[in-house]
Amino acid sequence: MDLAALKTQLKNFVQSMFEEGVLDNQFSQIQALQDSTNPNFVEEVITLFCNDAERIINEINRNLGYQNVDFSNLDSYVHQLKGSSSSIGANRLKLACANLRQASDERNKEGCLQALQLITCEYCLLRRKFQALLHLERSIVELETNQK
Amino acid sequence: MGMAIDRDDTQFHVLAVDDSLIDRKLIERLLKTSSFQVTAVDSGSKALEFLGLNNNDADDDEEDEQRDSNTESVSSDEDQDHQDLGLGVNLIITDYCMPGMTGYDLLKKIKKSSSFKDIPVVIMSSENIPSRISRCLEDGAEEFFLKPVQLSDVNKLRPHLMKGRSKDIDSSHKTTSTRLITSGN
Repeated sequence: MDLAALKTQLKNFVQSMFEEGVLDNQFSQIQALQDSTNPNFVEEVITLFCNDAERIINEINRNLGYQNVDFSNLDSYVHQLKGSSSSIGANRLKLACANLRQASDERNKEGCLQALQLITCEYCLLRRKFQALLHLERSIVELETNQK
Repeated sequence: MGMAIDRDDTQFHVLAVDDSLIDRKLIERLLKTSSFQVTAVDSGSKALEFLGLNNNDADDDEEDEQRDSNTESVSSDEDQDHQDLGLGVNLIITDYCMPGMTGYDLLKKIKKSSSFKDIPVVIMSSENIPSRISRCLEDGAEEFFLKPVQLSDVNKLRPHLMKGRSKDIDSSHKTTSTRLITSGN
């Protein structure tokens, strides 16, 4: 596939993520911060985000495994995940965090478990799409480098 | 002698404080895109450490001021030492919600410090809580940004920095001319 076609494919792919509500405008802001002086910025941010999100989701899982859930601890984790999601433009994941926040405020363990399931679902979907996105990005960089 | 103005007049130095790795990366990129020099730390205590204040210094400054008024120096050399140690920080931008010391706590400590109270402080938060916002602004924060912070927010920083820069030039002019007088004796 040629460079122009790849770029169009990437653009359409990101667009579809916007349309599905998976990503919001904040992600465009991040893309805009990538340039020739910082050619890997998007990839770096995505990588940081995914590592962080997985760490937090695991912690939340662990917390909810205890008989007596430490809800203030849980609050802190949800806050972190919601913040990161917001910063990268992960719209649906951010909304899923709000669910967990609500259940945690109500000290509703069952509600928290359900909310966590939704978060895990949304995160997995997002990660799959990010992986596809990065694959496209890398192909583009490779082609651009070869053309020089 | 030698009160040379050796500050780098071309770049402003911003100290960014945020416990979130992603947010630190973003704010750093936003600031660098706007041609600011950036130091990013992950806590209020690290910020104070970078400035050369530890948690106790912020309260000891009242004693320092007493001492300074008894000596003959026209400018506080200790102020200059602290400033040099702080590596010429022109603005501090900090997250509000951080474990341990919050951004608000950090704001208070900076404003209590004789060396650093004139450095503009900006607070960022992911939560839009009006009472929180007004409290920060009332207690000395120049601006309050809602996260995620945008380039347009970062563009609002320059006026605060220019204000600080002209104040610096005024006070160092004063110092230079006064020293010239005393050395003429």
